[in-house]
Amino acid sequence: MTDRRPEFFARLLVVGLCLGVVLVPLAFRPGSDVATLHARLAEDGGWSPQALQAEVGMPFKLRLTSDDVQHGFAVGQMDMQPVDVEPGRVSELMLLFKQPGTYTFYCTRWCGLNHWRMRGTIEVRGADGSLGPAGGTAEQPLYVRLGLDIDTPHPAAFTPAAPASARNGITLAERFPELFARFSSTDTYRSHSPAELFAALGEADPALGASQRWDLVAAAWAANTTPAGLANGRIIYSQNCAACHGENGGGDGVFADQLAAAGAASMQAMSGEMSIQRPANFSDPARLLGASPALLQGKILRGGMGSGMPIWGNIFSEPQIWDVIAYLYSFQFKENP
Amino acid sequence: MKRFELTGLPLVKPLLKNRWPQLLLLAGMLAGFLFAILAGLIGTPVGSHNFGIVFTWITWWAILILVAVPFFGRGWCAVCPIPLPGEWLQRGAVLGPIDKKPRWPNLRWPNKLRNIWLQNAAFTLVALFSSVILTSPAVTSIVLAGMLFLAIGLSMVFERRTFCRYLCPVGGFIGLYAQAAPMELRVKDRRVCAACVGKPCYRGSQEGYGCPWDVFPGGLSKNTACGLCLECLRTCPSDNIAINTRPFAADLQTPLARPDEAFKAFIMLGAAMLYSAVLLGPWGALKDAAYRVGSPEWFGYAAVFLAVIFGVLPGLFRLAAGRHFTAFATALIPLGMLFWAAFSLSFVLTNASYIASTLSDPFGWGWNLFGAAGLAWQPLLSGLVAPLQTLALVGGLLWAARTAQRVGVQRGVSSAPVILFCLATTLAMLGLLL
Repeated sequence: MTDRRPEFFARLLVVGLCLGVVLVPLAFRPGSDVATLHARLAEDGGWSPQALQAEVGMPFKLRLTSDDVQHGFAVGQMDMQPVDVEPGRVSELMLLFKQPGTYTFYCTRWCGLNHWRMRGTIEVRGADGSLGPAGGTAEQPLYVRLGLDIDTPHPAAFTPAAPASARNGITLAERFPELFARFSSTDTYRSHSPAELFAALGEADPALGASQRWDLVAAAWAANTTPAGLANGRIIYSQNCAACHGENGGGDGVFADQLAAAGAASMQAMSGEMSIQRPANFSDPARLLGASPALLQGKILRGGMGSGMPIWGNIFSEPQIWDVIAYLYSFQFKENP
Repeated sequence: MKRFELTGLPLVKPLLKNRWPQLLLLAGMLAGFLFAILAGLIGTPVGSHNFGIVFTWITWWAILILVAVPFFGRGWCAVCPIPLPGEWLQRGAVLGPIDKKPRWPNLRWPNKLRNIWLQNAAFTLVALFSSVILTSPAVTSIVLAGMLFLAIGLSMVFERRTFCRYLCPVGGFIGLYAQAAPMELRVKDRRVCAACVGKPCYRGSQEGYGCPWDVFPGGLSKNTACGLCLECLRTCPSDNIAINTRPFAADLQTPLARPDEAFKAFIMLGAAMLYSAVLLGPWGALKDAAYRVGSPEWFGYAAVFLAVIFGVLPGLFRLAAGRHFTAFATALIPLGMLFWAAFSLSFVLTNASYIASTLSDPFGWGWNLFGAAGLAWQPLLSGLVAPLQTLALVGGLLWAARTAQRVGVQRGVSSAPVILFCLATTLAMLGLLL
């Protein structure tokens, strides 16, 4: 009788190995106890999943991986350094939420034309299961309180012949301390465009020359920011705004042309429902000096409503937004403090 | 260089005749094959960090094209796991022959299809979609699984290794280039085979199966169809089978005589050049067209691809070789093989560093099995790539010229136009790679 044992062991070997290589990985697959967030280009679906759940005060472990190109991860309105999300690699991250609310996470790398669409939410519930507001302030933003129509064009009625000097303005302000104190108060600075301040200065003291008035406006700007705030604004601008608006604010970022072309070709644009524009050019004095900090705050908080400008209100904190706005004016005012 | 019988060395023949070493290798390969399919399906879609892509298109391809085919001919076929499950079903056994009637029809493969035209078509089909196959783990898995299931399905209907012999897109070119390899399986004495009763090497016996490749070893004169499965070594009652080392290109002494094999040479030559242009070249639009399968651009790319392979190259060669087209195509065997070696060197050495990181984290799930998951990408021996490629291409040209010259002498015609064709394609390849 033929010895069947070799054949049996041979079959056992083949089946065992084949099942082993399939079942072992499946058994050790990353568990569902740790959320794994996959990043893909927005055109291919963006983040997956797009909504996560966490609890206040409980460490929230997150595994991040990219399914295509390099992305970055950060949670809006949280004090955290962006984390690189590399293709095919897994980064682990521990988050701790102190307040309940709906937080927005977003991509921090210029991954593609629709980079800014890469957003998702983390619902953070309190111990009682409630979902409160995420960070920020319950007070209405300044642009709303002022009733500004942020979609109306706001060209500056006056522009300087040459970039205004904050340093000259500060020296000049020493000669007009009361006038300067009035015009550089935070409320006045934030609620008026530089061009409006320029006009108001002319009415308050007709003896002041145009360049002196512009220097005083620049000094008012300098008085309402700090070197640290400007540096922070610069970082935020470089990471989040420069892709479209350009490193130097010229509206010529790496995606500017593509955005304009994509917008022009969109169905909404063709049907007249929306008009994608080129990103704002902050190096144009008529454009920037006609915008008050409050108006810029509204643009940043709410986004461009169809113009292609994304909403940043759920990502940046209020101080961050004022820092960015202060940095924007540095494209027009020289000799920064 | 004379032939040297490797099976004459002590221990070699017993090792080869014993089924266990080969089965262990095959089982390991099958496990790796299934693991690659699994990784492609459930691992990261990032090709450079997925075992399916890295081990199929970098590791396996490098071993195949740079080592296995040039030095061992069909050596890969001896350990290829694809036929194993189908043969198990077909034979009713994994190891040795058992006394069981086959449960399947075991039909003969139709005579009209007993050539490599289907393999040519299969390779061309894979080549047309290669930009996607080579970069998408899921698509790679589908292709690998498709080959496995097709092999199983054919084994259940047809006799022997029909898939390997007539359909496998890889087997076709391995068979073509195996003719240049310095290794062969041959009979020691043809008269013994002629006198052999029953031809157990072809029909099978209690010692082993009839040739799975449908080859009668007594008639073997080229490596093309012998899959080195070693069954004849086990079944030959007269110990008349030998595995020899031999000079390179021994089979090329006899020129090609079949148009299907001649066209295989053109497909391989053209594909190496087109791959170099698409995958390594600086033309973004061409790359985009190759990747956007189904788009009008891709159809344009496919039309150019097919026109180059089946029209331009054979057309020019026809002008050079005249009515000795098929015989002179023999020269394209060493030329094409070294084109592929040169092409492969660049991306294999460039991407080899992914092997270690992928071994540590084969699915891109964040594992770190061997501590190498975090290794950064680093091209290997980048300074050597261009000299090695040049060496390969120039070596291929000289080898092709020598082969063409021999064919010319045999046919009594000038080989100069064919050598000129080889020179022109080599210059084109040099331009594409360097």
